[in-house]
Amino acid sequence: MAEALQELRFRGGGFAPGRKRWAALVFFVLLIGLWQMAGTRGWVSPLFLPSPAAIASALYAEAIQGNLWTHLVASLQRVALGWLVGTLAGLALGLAMGLFTLARSVGVPLVSAFFPIPKIALLPLFILWFGIGEASKLVTIGMGVFFPTVVAAYSGVDAVPRNLVRMAQSFGVPYYAIIWKIVLPGAMATIVAGFRITVSMALILVVAAEMIGAEYGLGAFIISAGHLMMTDRLLGGVVCLSILGLLAGVAITLLERRLLHWR
Amino acid sequence: MQVIAEGISHVYGPLPVLEGVDLRVREGEVLAVIGPSGCGKSTLLSILGGLLRPTEGRVLLQGKAPDGCLNPLTFVFQDFALLPWRSVAGNVALVLEHHRLSPREREARVQEALARTGLEDFAAALPKQLSGGMRQRVGIARALAVQPAVLLLDEPLSALDAQTRELLMEDFEALWMREKTTAVYVTHNLSEALRLADRVAVFSRRPGRLKEVVEIPIARGKRANPQAQAELVALHERLWGLIRLEAQSAVSELEDG
Repeated sequence: MAEALQELRFRGGGFAPGRKRWAALVFFVLLIGLWQMAGTRGWVSPLFLPSPAAIASALYAEAIQGNLWTHLVASLQRVALGWLVGTLAGLALGLAMGLFTLARSVGVPLVSAFFPIPKIALLPLFILWFGIGEASKLVTIGMGVFFPTVVAAYSGVDAVPRNLVRMAQSFGVPYYAIIWKIVLPGAMATIVAGFRITVSMALILVVAAEMIGAEYGLGAFIISAGHLMMTDRLLGGVVCLSILGLLAGVAITLLERRLLHWR
Repeated sequence: MQVIAEGISHVYGPLPVLEGVDLRVREGEVLAVIGPSGCGKSTLLSILGGLLRPTEGRVLLQGKAPDGCLNPLTFVFQDFALLPWRSVAGNVALVLEHHRLSPREREARVQEALARTGLEDFAAALPKQLSGGMRQRVGIARALAVQPAVLLLDEPLSALDAQTRELLMEDFEALWMREKTTAVYVTHNLSEALRLADRVAVFSRRPGRLKEVVEIPIARGKRANPQAQAELVALHERLWGLIRLEAQSAVSELEDG
């Protein structure tokens, strides 16, 4: 007698997470709705956790008065300038460390020693050196951006497949052209990934620096709201920072798509 | 152009890889280099191509490169070495961009190289969109674009499947039937060597020493003829006899670690 037939059981599913945009949207709407309900129904005190509507209303009032823009522009200027200077200097040293023995020999122990120091700990020193004004804040942000950029740049150069460099050498491609056409594009993925970290770092440091000593800026806005127990304004400032971080992430994604379209 | 290796020895740290290699690559010939794994075949090729300075010995060139040659000693790599961010045409153009060529001449060289390798319709494709065989064709097109005097091929087919290998071997045969480009062809595959080479240089296990250079006295175009088969089988036996013990010893050495 023939054996009974059994359908083969499929065992290959799972371990391949995808992404559903609607799930994120639904979750976000539910979270805000629940938060609003907690405020409206009095489940939590508005002093400790104001409702989303109260935060939006406080932000709107600040925007109409023009205060929000003053603070926002001050922070953005510091972040932009500090990030740019830290990034350019970090790229210069990182690429040099990736390419030249002397720069690597000096740079690696230097970076290893300075990279782990929380840069905000150096702000009092920078205030002593450069004063309480803009310079100390910019140097703090620049230093915070500089070291991760150095590491990203020289790791990126190290990650460029050596066979590509050898290929170019075998065809007599000049040194500068190898750097420009092979090393830089090859290192770009790691460098741009480093940008994600350094932009977040710049945002953290600008807020911390402004909380310590600034008249304008989102950090100053948040700390003054905290002192006055105006939690709706305080959280409004936090929302602004979250939106800034989000926009920076989108900008880096667009940059990645442009520079790394081949991946 | 002839390439002459004189007394080439090379060590990597404490490891001797090549020892006292004297070899002459004659103008217009395809010289296959075979030997057991780790015998220094690729090291020798790097030395012949000026990418590695030998610990001892020297490499001499004799004769003139042909007109239009932009890079006398030109490699075709085992792993293709294509820039993933450049298109097929861009990869071929890369090796021309630093030469003083008019844009029209550069484009003409690129197009000609793509046409010779059957890649005209893939000029805009990125390497990731191509099969292994097509990628190696790009590597060959890139080499042909500079009109080399000597092609240095480092196991160009070893990363490919059997069918693609067969197709590319046909391409190489056609290339060397059409034009007499001098070539050094490193391989571990005896059949490839017997099919493509004019002479086969057999190396001992590490440190690689030149054991013998075997002539293949059958014209490349006639090796598929039934009459040639008996002689090719005999040559295969002879070459295998030369490297069999060496290969066995090399494998035992690797296993002993």
